[in-house]
Amino acid sequence: MKKLLLLVAAPALVLVACSRPEPGAKGSRVVLQNKGSDTLVNVAQAWAEAYKEVDPNTAIAVTGGGSGTGISALINGTVDIANASREMKDQEIASAKANGVEPVEFVVGYDALAVFLHPDNPATSLSFEQLAGIYGDGGETVSWSQLGLDVPGCSSGEIVVVSRQNNSGTYAYFQEVVLGGKDFKLGTRDMHGSKDVVDLVENTPCAIGYSGLAYATEHIKKACIGEAGACVEPTVEGAISGEYPIARSLLMYTSGQPTGGTKAYMDWILSDAGQCILLDKGYAPAAKVSCK
Amino acid sequence: MAAPSPARPGARDLAWAGDKLAQGVIFLGGISGILLVIGIFVFVSREGLGFVSNGLDLREFLTSPAWRPTSNHPTFGALALMAGTASVTGLAMLVSVPLSLGAAIFIGEFAKGRTRELLKVLIEMLAAIPSVVWGFIGLTMMNELIIDVFNVPVGLNVLNAGIILGLMAAPIMTTIAEDALKAVPDGYRQAAEAMGATRWQVIWRVVIPAAKNGLVAAVLLGVGRGFGETMAVLMASGHSINIPTSPFDSVRALTATIAAELGETAVGSEHYQALFFLGIFLFVVTFAINLTADLVVRGIKNG
Repeated sequence: MKKLLLLVAAPALVLVACSRPEPGAKGSRVVLQNKGSDTLVNVAQAWAEAYKEVDPNTAIAVTGGGSGTGISALINGTVDIANASREMKDQEIASAKANGVEPVEFVVGYDALAVFLHPDNPATSLSFEQLAGIYGDGGETVSWSQLGLDVPGCSSGEIVVVSRQNNSGTYAYFQEVVLGGKDFKLGTRDMHGSKDVVDLVENTPCAIGYSGLAYATEHIKKACIGEAGACVEPTVEGAISGEYPIARSLLMYTSGQPTGGTKAYMDWILSDAGQCILLDKGYAPAAKVSCK
Repeated sequence: MAAPSPARPGARDLAWAGDKLAQGVIFLGGISGILLVIGIFVFVSREGLGFVSNGLDLREFLTSPAWRPTSNHPTFGALALMAGTASVTGLAMLVSVPLSLGAAIFIGEFAKGRTRELLKVLIEMLAAIPSVVWGFIGLTMMNELIIDVFNVPVGLNVLNAGIILGLMAAPIMTTIAEDALKAVPDGYRQAAEAMGATRWQVIWRVVIPAAKNGLVAAVLLGVGRGFGETMAVLMASGHSINIPTSPFDSVRALTATIAAELGETAVGSEHYQALFFLGIFLFVVTFAINLTADLVVRGIKNG
């Protein structure tokens, strides 16, 4: 039995070892593994694409999957940089340290989280209290009529609550800020990416969903957040000024203080060149930048 | 020229070595299935049993619908996931049992010659469609169809996943049920016909009762298939933790939960172990279903 396992495990280990060359090795071509937040994946890909021009010897392999995925990969030591749209939990930092990984956090930008509605939905503003009634555990809002709304095309009146899978940073951030750390209701439809949320809400009059502002399309309505009359529209400017209440930091984590190729890449991301790409993708930069 | 001397018994020449080698390879092939099953069970148990020793709340696991593995106060209630799997599999059986038993009776008892061969090939082809393709059909075509026909807000629900899964399970059930019908000796049919029974009476009163065990086994294997299917259910069921009260409710299956969350948890964490525990649970249930099916089939041969 043991021998059989060894036979299977040995080639697998060799494969893993081969596919991960030490980042920062001089002269040779470096591949940096970058994984995590679905919110950041578009901009991370744009960065990787643009960085080819800056340093042709460094290739960056970008994968999405959710903040939890990236952080788990960092803890398991399979990536060089993890993208996250939420901070690492204490428990995650502890298990990283137990694996000999010392996570270092970089704030690379800010993102406004938009609450999406079908374009036919007449709602003008939504307060945190109303959102908690819809999304929160124990919340009693299950139909649009409870909010005094009659949504055309939604004959049952039922609110189709669209959320994200539980390893998503967007999910965790929404939980922390809008629900005040309380749990989500059971029975939400948990989508596997920001784009899936937008697609479903766009095609479902009864639906409500949330995602990064950068994923908004012209076929979807963005709710104004706050009490009626004093609400704030989700905008990049609002996220920079802090006026919009659900804007969060976008983070990247490295294992230990970055060195070599990883350091050069992180420095470039935080430079004007990197930050302008972020702004161009619909996110708010980490610091004031001047873009052409 | 002298005749070649007969090989001494037990001589260790090349032929002997080749013989031993072939014997070894075939023996290894023969037991590999058993070794793999044991290996998988040991591996899954080792990862999942940590969840038991770390203070598993079995009552919560079995009776609470709250599956909140990443909450600040994690709870691991699997009741809604089990209800999701059970409802989808149940509906799938409602779809596939009449379809596949009907198909088996037609192929086995009525169809002749080329029709019969063509039908058999087509049904086997149906079994070869990858589950992600079925899932895609559920996600796109069935979703819109259900929204239009039943006027519900979202078409990804028990009904959608049940129909898709029913169609997926039908080919294997048809094939096994047809084998069971074929195993009924022709003498039974001839005897019944000699007594003046109509064709329908022959099938209903003689062939089906005689093939009962095989037919039950076919249904059970279909249930096992439904229970373990992941991709199509993940795509078509709506992925919502919910104890369904109508076929139009979205649900989440046990398998889909493992598939969606396992790649994204830290190895060795409580969440990771809980997912493996779900795996053990699935393994045990599927094993029990298949074992029952096997015993039922054995019953037909001995009885």
